Amino acid sequence: MAINFILVVALLLAALWTVMTARLIRSAFGLALTSAVLAILLFRLDSPMAAVFELSVCAGLIPVIFVTTISLTHRLSQDAFQIRQKERWGKYWYLLVIVVLVGVLLSRRALLPDVPLPVVTHPTDVRIVMWNMHHVDLLGQVAVILAGVFGVVILFKEVKK
Amino acid sequence: MSPDLTQVFWPFSAAAILLFVMGTYYVLVTFNLIRALIGVEILIKGATLLIILAGYVTGNTGLTQALVITLIVIEVVIMVVAGGVILCVYRNNKSIDVRELRSLKG
Repeated sequence: MAINFILVVALLLAALWTVMTARLIRSAFGLALTSAVLAILLFRLDSPMAAVFELSVCAGLIPVIFVTTISLTHRLSQDAFQIRQKERWGKYWYLLVIVVLVGVLLSRRALLPDVPLPVVTHPTDVRIVMWNMHHVDLLGQVAVILAGVFGVVILFKEVKK
Repeated sequence: MSPDLTQVFWPFSAAAILLFVMGTYYVLVTFNLIRALIGVEILIKGATLLIILAGYVTGNTGLTQALVITLIVIEVVIMVVAGGVILCVYRNNKSIDVRELRSLKG
């Protein structure tokens, strides 16, 4: 239990660093760190396959995409950087207050509807669920990946002048 | 819900909500398109954690893992295509600041 708590705190600190750091490249690395900690949490929640996907794809591939995109664009000027540093601390501070208030309201049991949910049991093996019960999802994934490939081919194509 | 599950549920669900808040804040506060994309990523992390937590609490980890794997595949494709769109925007406008994207007007 203590390990879970430490991991949750580490996850939130990594996400906070991602959000608050000034440099974009550090933000991308913070995102990779957040994904890595989340992968450990998923593993501890009895979801090893999801954890492997999270670690390999979200902590590995997506930061590479971000770093590539960042390296192909230019950095902020020093003046713009200073302005951004000043501006962002005061913005949307009330967002957290709203969330806390909504949480307090929802935690009062009188406000929560007592909906009887049907008990649904699926096999705990993800391979059986994916290949035997949700095989249409796999077709959808293939279609989405193909759409992504076509999108990348078109977007990254050099325009002949 | 058993006391053991309750001990797991509340910290994890609070973390998922805080991730959601951080992602929303990042999307709202920034004018940089790449930062907005990173904010969306953090929002998706919160959703992932919440889905897996629901599976753990209800004992349907197989189903939720299948959902999360599908989510991750879609997430990657969105990020790649959005990265390409951002590069196209940069090539055309020499900026990825949303305030300077005037060419989208009518």
